[in-house]
Amino acid sequence: MNSFSYFRPGDVNGALQQIRTPGAKFIGGGSNLLDLMKGGIERPVVLIDISHLPLSEISTAPGGGIRIGALARNSDVAAHPLVRRNYPLLAQALLAGASPQLRNMATVGGNLMQRTRCGYFYDTAFDACNKRLPGSGCSALAGRNRNHAIFGASEQCIAVNPSDMNVALVALDAVINVQGSHGGRSIAIADFHRLPGETPQQDTNLAPDEMIISVDLPPLPFDEYAYYLKVRDRASYAFALVSVAAALDLHLGHVTEVRIVMGGVAHKPWRAIAAEAALRGKVLSTAAVADAARLAVEGAQAYGQNDYKIELAQSAVERALLCAGDLS
Amino acid sequence: MMDDKRRGTTPLFSRAVMSWIHVSRRMFLGSAAGVLAAFTLSARLRAAPQESASQASVVDDAAAAPVAQFGHAMPMTLHVNGRQYHFLAEPRVTLLDALRENLTLTGTKKGCDRGQCGACTVLVAGRRINSCLTLAVMHQDQHITSVEGLAQGEPLQPDLHPLQAAFIEHDAFQCGFCTPGQLCSAVGAIQEMRAGMPSAATENLQALTIKYSKAEISERMSGNLCRCGAYPNIVEAVHSVMVNPV
Repeated sequence: MNSFSYFRPGDVNGALQQIRTPGAKFIGGGSNLLDLMKGGIERPVVLIDISHLPLSEISTAPGGGIRIGALARNSDVAAHPLVRRNYPLLAQALLAGASPQLRNMATVGGNLMQRTRCGYFYDTAFDACNKRLPGSGCSALAGRNRNHAIFGASEQCIAVNPSDMNVALVALDAVINVQGSHGGRSIAIADFHRLPGETPQQDTNLAPDEMIISVDLPPLPFDEYAYYLKVRDRASYAFALVSVAAALDLHLGHVTEVRIVMGGVAHKPWRAIAAEAALRGKVLSTAAVADAARLAVEGAQAYGQNDYKIELAQSAVERALLCAGDLS
Repeated sequence: MMDDKRRGTTPLFSRAVMSWIHVSRRMFLGSAAGVLAAFTLSARLRAAPQESASQASVVDDAAAAPVAQFGHAMPMTLHVNGRQYHFLAEPRVTLLDALRENLTLTGTKKGCDRGQCGACTVLVAGRRINSCLTLAVMHQDQHITSVEGLAQGEPLQPDLHPLQAAFIEHDAFQCGFCTPGQLCSAVGAIQEMRAGMPSAATENLQALTIKYSKAEISERMSGNLCRCGAYPNIVEAVHSVMVNPV
């Protein structure tokens, strides 16, 4: 690991002043950043330890939803009564991720900023990775791309976002509250993560001098019919090949509102808009669910080793919806 | 990696650091000269002209509380198993390396060193974490329990932690390398279950109490890999402690 200067600011303002130093990074849980530093992928000159700042509270938000502090640990969020009761999808997604030890370390803000697990990004022995070395090429395009994207990729990068939490946050219309040296702003989760396009080195729209303060979830009718399905190579402690966050609001068997979001398939959580539209207003049935699942993978493009993901994603959407709607 | 790690602890002070382990008041005073030298060094560095603009801008910031400069060791204090340890190390030293190299508490094992195996699991502020993916400097105000802190009593006549006794009883290891991490993880897992924290194996997320099932234990112990494949016996051992609390 490279050497660095270490600072422990007393408050958010102190942290925001220090982040303007070139080469500075925040460290919260550290579970992703230190891993990347050990691999030589991240080489910060200055580490700003924000782990002790008072940003871990989970509380009822003024509008009726909840506000989750950026430094709340993944395990605490998943165990919180408000989350378990009103946003079970988020609890399920969090509990599907990583290991208990890592969930005790990893923060909500850090999870939002989590970087891809693409092997070519992670291994500096490979010269070509546009995310690590812009302009160097993409080794995964014609390489080992079994775990890679089937939606929204570009010739520059076909990596996927590895987070489970982010998939649930997209389904739950989360809003990310950030603070910069020139003030604060709120970013809808759909606009927070980026597709690779021509600049795969940039994962999010967070400015370099901004810090995530909290995440808001609005009041939603998805407390009863929600299911997070994660398909992976082993039963626990592995990244998703494909995951699906499915949430339904049902009245007398009719779908009045629905969310279908896929993980492990794109550079950001991938919302199946057409599939949602096809289900909205319909009577929930196995046939309607199968139709929606077919629509969910329309336009998917695979790269050889990940061809299987298209069928897997369709099946996963179907199964997740059936489980969410108690039809399984 | 080894070379990198060596550089992480300033060699000049590593002997003094060693002598602080098993701290006695006299030994502490005897080593105080080293500490003084370190503080002087760090003060001089802070006052010295900055080599780069980046360092200058940070150092000028009055809000920056404890500071460690690029490439230099800083004095640290860790509270481990009820004792205080003072030593010098660079901020890049992980909690795992500090425990093993600076404190010579080598019970905690380095497996993958990348958060994928769980061999380095310790309890920090009562919660199990991977000590390889966190920095020692970040945990100076917290109580840390490593595997050495689980048994009570004298070294030659230890009063084993119930989980340690259960691991022996159930033959829950073969080579033993993952065992310290398994034990600390199991302590955390049991606490989390008793506190009603859910897992992916919890059937009813709304339930306030967790069923002490083997499926729950398997899922909750999934952050600890065992290359010998002692998993069934590990689950039996943890289950026996869950259902027969001492």
